[in-house]
Amino acid sequence: MSSNTDAIRELAQQDYKWGFVTPIDEDRAPKGLNEEIIRLISAKKSEPDFMLEWRLQAYRHWETLAKSDGEPKWANIHYPPIDYQAISYYSAPKKRPTLKSLDELDPEILRTYEKLGIPLAEQKLLAGVAVDAVFDSVSVATTFQEKLAEAGVIFCSFSEAIQTHPDLVRKYLGSVVPYTDNFFATLNSAVFSDGSFVYVPKGVRCPLELSTYFRINAAETGQFERTLIIADQGAYVSYLEGCTAPIRDQNQLHAAVVELIALDDAQIKYSTVQNWYPGDKNGKGGIYNFVTKRGACRGRNSKISWTQVETGSAITWKYPSCILQGEHSVGEFYSVALTNHYQQADTGTKMLHIGRNTRSTIVSKGISAGHGQNTYRGQVAIMKGATGARNYTQCDSLLIGDQCGAHTFPYIEVKNSTARMEHEASTSKIGEDQLFYLRQRGLKAEDAVSMIVNGFCKRVFRELPMEFAVEAQKLLSVSLEGSVG
Amino acid sequence: MRAQVATATQPLAHYAESFRGLQGSATTAPWFLRKLRQDGFVRFSDRGFPTLRDEDWRFTNVAAIAQTPFRLVPNGGRLPAPSDLAAYRIAEAAGEWVFIDGRFAPSLGSVRDLPKGVEVGSLANEIENNPGAIEPHLGRYLNIERDPFSALNTAFIDDGAYIHIPRGTVLRSPIHLLFISTAHNAPSVHHPRNLIVVGETSQATIIEQYVSLGRGEKVLCNTATELSVGDHSVVSHYMIEREEEGAFNISTLRIQQGRTADVASHSLLAGGALVRNNVHPVLAGEGGECLINGLFLGRHRQHLDNYMLVEHASPHCASRQFYNGILDGHAHGVFHGRIIVHKQAQKTDAKQTNRNLLLSDTAQIDTKPQLEIYADDVKCTHGATIGQIDEDALFYLRSRGIAEASARRLLLFAFASECLERMRAGPAQAYVENLIQQALGYVGEASRIQNHQESVP
Amino acid sequence: MSLLEIKDLHARVDGNEILKGVNLALDSGEVHSIMGPNGSGKSTLAQVLARRETYEITAGQVLFAGKDLLALKPEEAACEGLFLAFQYPVEIPGISNAYFLRSAVNAIRKYRGEDEVDAIDFLPKLRERLKLLDMDEKLLNRSVNEAFSGGEKKRNEILQMAVLEPRLAILDETDSGLDIDALKVVAQGVNAMRSPDRAILVVTHYQRLLDYIVPDYVHVLVDGRIVRSGGPELALQLEEQGYAALESAAASSGSAA
Repeated sequence: MSSNTDAIRELAQQDYKWGFVTPIDEDRAPKGLNEEIIRLISAKKSEPDFMLEWRLQAYRHWETLAKSDGEPKWANIHYPPIDYQAISYYSAPKKRPTLKSLDELDPEILRTYEKLGIPLAEQKLLAGVAVDAVFDSVSVATTFQEKLAEAGVIFCSFSEAIQTHPDLVRKYLGSVVPYTDNFFATLNSAVFSDGSFVYVPKGVRCPLELSTYFRINAAETGQFERTLIIADQGAYVSYLEGCTAPIRDQNQLHAAVVELIALDDAQIKYSTVQNWYPGDKNGKGGIYNFVTKRGACRGRNSKISWTQVETGSAITWKYPSCILQGEHSVGEFYSVALTNHYQQADTGTKMLHIGRNTRSTIVSKGISAGHGQNTYRGQVAIMKGATGARNYTQCDSLLIGDQCGAHTFPYIEVKNSTARMEHEASTSKIGEDQLFYLRQRGLKAEDAVSMIVNGFCKRVFRELPMEFAVEAQKLLSVSLEGSVG
Repeated sequence: MRAQVATATQPLAHYAESFRGLQGSATTAPWFLRKLRQDGFVRFSDRGFPTLRDEDWRFTNVAAIAQTPFRLVPNGGRLPAPSDLAAYRIAEAAGEWVFIDGRFAPSLGSVRDLPKGVEVGSLANEIENNPGAIEPHLGRYLNIERDPFSALNTAFIDDGAYIHIPRGTVLRSPIHLLFISTAHNAPSVHHPRNLIVVGETSQATIIEQYVSLGRGEKVLCNTATELSVGDHSVVSHYMIEREEEGAFNISTLRIQQGRTADVASHSLLAGGALVRNNVHPVLAGEGGECLINGLFLGRHRQHLDNYMLVEHASPHCASRQFYNGILDGHAHGVFHGRIIVHKQAQKTDAKQTNRNLLLSDTAQIDTKPQLEIYADDVKCTHGATIGQIDEDALFYLRSRGIAEASARRLLLFAFASECLERMRAGPAQAYVENLIQQALGYVGEASRIQNHQESVP
Repeated sequence: MSLLEIKDLHARVDGNEILKGVNLALDSGEVHSIMGPNGSGKSTLAQVLARRETYEITAGQVLFAGKDLLALKPEEAACEGLFLAFQYPVEIPGISNAYFLRSAVNAIRKYRGEDEVDAIDFLPKLRERLKLLDMDEKLLNRSVNEAFSGGEKKRNEILQMAVLEPRLAILDETDSGLDIDALKVVAQGVNAMRSPDRAILVVTHYQRLLDYIVPDYVHVLVDGRIVRSGGPELALQLEEQGYAALESAAASSGSAA
């Protein structure tokens, strides 16, 4: 066996570097799901009546779904049945500090962040990034509030927003992803614990990149995040979402919902680096990530851009989408999805062109290694009124080793003849010959692998904010460490 | 249903009659040729003309051909005057070799600059005088099983061009084969059959140009070319279709490539009523490279069908397909791009791009990419676009003072001329550029008038 | 001492013996050509020398500047100054040609304990080499070999050679896919690299390339062995007579052995 082949195999067998568990006291609800639990969650959070009503409607709808078809079956993923009654739907750290500064944060949590390589203590000083750290289901730290407040930007936990800005929540919650949308979104609507809320007022360019690092910590605790971001007329905001999770034996369900709303001339840039626990080499454990992310370009010239680097989770089911309603609005989706060992990813996007001259761009890069299965599923729909709509789709797969799979399912639906559609797709393999070529020019085997993978992902990395691009590259480099020289 | 079958099979009787005439009269034909024809005819008779139910013909209805009682053009007709051909000559070519209704007409051509050892002439002559050079190649590459028109052509092999370029020969000027369909007072068909054999380490450019002289009853030109390219050779082939807008033209180019051979096929489809252009390269030797580059310009009720079938049969080969189409009026374009990568063809690198501009609401394009991959270490890319002229760009040009008609033409030419960049610089490229300019004159005009009419209710 | 000394080299792949005892010596300043029919082992020899690991060495020895070449990894051989112009250059999407070249130059400099060069110092030299090969500067910003034509890829190989300045350059079928004009440009680039400190080994099937890169010695490889060596006139003779005679001779001597 040659060392080039070894390098490839080792790459395919990287261990999860971020596995550890933080012991911390918890306050958690009993396992199971029923109306009482919903009322409990709502009461714990002292929510107004409209929220409880909404949750209950969602729960009743979910019950009917669970009784009939259950979970969506069309995705190219396979997992044992989930027992929704075996999950605890609420947990919060018992110590709930109200923080003025990071010094007040539980030292245990601070240490966790340090292990993750996220020096939160330094971020305030250095990075210019405001952090809303979601630890399990409850926000425990927010920073830079003053600076954001100055600009008039609201950036807080979802629970807080319900208390302080109930009108905004009431107006926009569920307006992009209704509680009837799909099985997991319905479940989330009923039980969501917390998340982030952002409102950028008219004409304001958010002075900071907003960032949330959140982790799943408690075993057997479902995590149901809810994020709502509204950019009013002419506003701009860039939001970063990133996470790593500790090793656990039990599969953990994660069903988040993200809703974005961009009004006239507004722009939202949403970036994700997802590095949750993918399970071990034999496919045991790992996070089930069933996420509904959708943005509505409601206004003229509005723009929503999704960028994601997905390297974690045992199963990823995720289609960040754009509803392009406003004339000349723009939707973008840039994605790198890496599956290794026994990971499965079924991910892609949906671009729904409704308004005139709407444009969308899709760039998807799938990397499969080990026994990983990577599926791109993308839909581009041009509605009757979407005169002059344009779409560009590029969809590339890179295979490492010969046990993995890459699948591409593009769906194109055109109801207006003036549409311009462009689609490119490729599948290639990191081969011994590519490595040999680079090594013959003097590069070490591991540098060669890293160069090939980074080159492949370049078009997506370019879309990430600087700090995140570095982190994403680091993440890939980490998984390349140990390649034979 | 029964009646339909009856009418569809009826005209085949004409072909049978013609076939008996050809096989019977040509007693001098060598056995291998008679056998080829026989096989071709049997295959064609079994299969009949294709229908829309046939996957390879889903977008092209050949009922108009099937239902017309075409007769072979009789021998010994009157030749056109050399002055009639003046417009079609290419000054910088190595010479013209002219074929009237598929038959070589040496008196109309001229030879200017041909290196020693290169043979260009009539296939019929070569079969008669040197059958040993023909037998190893003729009918060895063209697939009559798959395509009924290829079978039909093979059944009627009679004359066409024969080119032989010996090993190690570099041709600087293009060889120009000029095929002329003449007018007759009954529906007529001819089946030019061309054989081009290029030895190892040679270099050549060959132009096949199809034109019409006069107007009469319906004409079907069903032509087939077998091009065998030896190891390490570099060959450019041009197919230029500019027959009159009532003509039927079916053409097939079958390319057999040796080791590290580099072949480019360029097509320009501008004329004809119903045109089907088949290009079928087989990359049979390791390290071969193939470019298939095309432009089709349709207007009125023209139907232009481009059927590409690229077969990767050896490792380390690269193929590139680039087809651009511009369609106006009620024109219908088809791009059928199929790539087959055989099991042994590892390290294949295949790319396919089809871009289309529709200038009217009634123009139509069907584009169908198809990848069939049996090897596991390959790179295949395909892309297709369908769009309209970019109104923003048009407005931009106009805002800079360029009149709308010129601006429109400029944008169309920019789109069309992408194919020029992929040709080697030289007389063939210059000639095609000129033809595109001419053709876009009509197309642009039509779209402008139509748009104008639409805006005045 | 020769720059490269190959002694009784045997190599096989997938159980098939391809090289069956190759002997060859090259000195600095010399240009040698290895010719032979398809499947004779020419490319295998080139790849074995560049240390491709898919080939198993079953016997023999190779000394490169006095070092045991067969003990080196591909990148070590490269850093020692051995360059292979590939028959099938590989595409690296997303990595620009300029970045790739600088990474290679720096990897080699680092190996030799020299300082790395930065982009600004590197560019002028790169531009000068581009001119030599009549290449467009735009090629520097394009991804390595991606969407290059066959001819552009071959030129790009020679550009890399010109930038990396190896002690031994092996050109594996660099003439394939080139038309006559491109062939002349490539040959001119190679000739410009001829120097008393450098040896060049030209592997080719056809004599045509040797019209432009005139070798000092020509060796004919048939069935894994060098069956004849001579001057440039040997190539011409092969062009006229073909390999058939030598092949049948090799077959009879092979059965005798």
